[in-house]
Amino acid sequence: MRGLEGYCLGIESTADDFGVGIASFDGEILANVNDVYVPERGGIHPREASRHHTIVAGRVIAEALNRAGLKPREISVIAFSQGPGLGPCLRVGATAARALAAYLNKPLVGVNHCVAHIEIGKMVSGARDPVTLYVSGGNTIVAAFEARRYRVFGETLDIAVGNCLDVFAREAGLRPRADKPLGAIVEELASRGKSFIQLPYTVKGMDLSFSGLLTAAINLLREGKYPLEDICFSFQETAFSMLTEVTERALAHTEKPEVLLTGGVAANKRLQDMLRVMCEEHGARFCVVPKEYATDNGAMIAWTGVLCYKHGLTIPIERSHVKLKWRLDEVEVPWVEQ
Amino acid sequence: MLIKRGAEASIYLEEWCGRKVIFKRRHPKKYRVAELDRALQIRRTKHEPQMIHKAKEAGVPTPIIFLVDLEEATIIMEFVEGKQIKQILNDLPSEDRVRLCREIGRLVGKLHKSGIIHGDLTTSNMILTPSGRIVFVDFGLSEQSVDLEARGVDLHLMRRALASTHYKYADECFNAVIDGYREIMGDEITKDVINKIREIERRGRYIVGR
Repeated sequence: MRGLEGYCLGIESTADDFGVGIASFDGEILANVNDVYVPERGGIHPREASRHHTIVAGRVIAEALNRAGLKPREISVIAFSQGPGLGPCLRVGATAARALAAYLNKPLVGVNHCVAHIEIGKMVSGARDPVTLYVSGGNTIVAAFEARRYRVFGETLDIAVGNCLDVFAREAGLRPRADKPLGAIVEELASRGKSFIQLPYTVKGMDLSFSGLLTAAINLLREGKYPLEDICFSFQETAFSMLTEVTERALAHTEKPEVLLTGGVAANKRLQDMLRVMCEEHGARFCVVPKEYATDNGAMIAWTGVLCYKHGLTIPIERSHVKLKWRLDEVEVPWVEQ
Repeated sequence: MLIKRGAEASIYLEEWCGRKVIFKRRHPKKYRVAELDRALQIRRTKHEPQMIHKAKEAGVPTPIIFLVDLEEATIIMEFVEGKQIKQILNDLPSEDRVRLCREIGRLVGKLHKSGIIHGDLTTSNMILTPSGRIVFVDFGLSEQSVDLEARGVDLHLMRRALASTHYKYADECFNAVIDGYREIMGDEITKDVINKIREIERRGRYIVGR
């Protein structure tokens, strides 16, 4: 373990968010600034998103330092999201991090984005050894710590649940607003739904598949026979029941004491309710990560950067290439004790 | 009498029409809307006996199904007299242990050859009857597939179960299972499956022992 004095600046840029966070070595978040790329229409275009990141990078970094009340020289470590994610987007964050590390002559840490979601979630919720359900636009993972790593107990076999929700919402003609992402709009419509329509429910052991559900839901939209509220309701109920079922299996299998919900989709109240009910039946504590730290953010990279740095996990610039498909379970996490 | 309570279902040992039988009852899940929960319970209560039947067709002994009660999401089936392989495997003389494991491998091969993936191949889901037959139980996680990945995972779970409960003899046992499997599936597929198991283990997705 190295000394406890210092600050880590973390850069997140795996997808549509460009975020910069600053964490002190003893776990205080001093800044968490984010700028999100909102496409005019359709989903995230990697090149367009990376262009956005390039434009805002300097300003977001400056603003984070400003909020933390720190000068660049006072930063002791630079961390960045090294993967998994969209190549062009990852490279913007990596380039900015390398430049800072080289210019300031500070060590560089490459952080796994999925590990960071779990670590910040544990820190802000006080969970110690949870089964984590990480649900976002790009990831759907049920994981728990076991023998040096976060093991993946279940995951999507095709698309992520957040992606499934977004594509469905766009097909339904819904438009995101800056203050209201598509998921929130679907959630609101679903809360007014009354009758349940059967849709494909695909759980294989602890793995999930959402592509059949998406196709069937889009077909329902096109048929035009049912109110949109009912389709949203049925769609959400089906997708979230699948997630809760695999989380329950992982919980029963691992006998862990807690469930941690994180990722962009964690903001959904219905999903929270389902997991809470399931946890009560198992006598497990249920923790939800607050929105600021559940969606992609720089603070999680900064905090995980601190953990990595304390365990000597720095990387030289020439070996800091981004890893587009870097799996959660490839990473050893020496700071977690069994 | 409740003998096991799992995440998905409870197992009871009961007297029924003058026989000892097993009741397998699926729990309703409070977190799901009633319509969805009901549909899933019915689908799964139907699916399991169908898979048990397919396994019989493939030549793998399984319990006799007496009644499928969709209303109660309950399957009533034969209580198989005998001992779980888990209870006896460690105490057998080496020769018998290998013979038994080879037979298990043959049975798994027969399942896979017929496109059945058991989904939970542990030595507690196999029962050795007094007449020497091995009966496979609990098809709750079974599925139909001929994918290499599914076969690999199925056998990997078997290996993991052997490693955790029979660690002294795990390698000897698993090698015997593979020998039996090869007799049914042939050299080529068995080789592919073994490579797949290695790949699955390298991924670190499934960890040995707990």
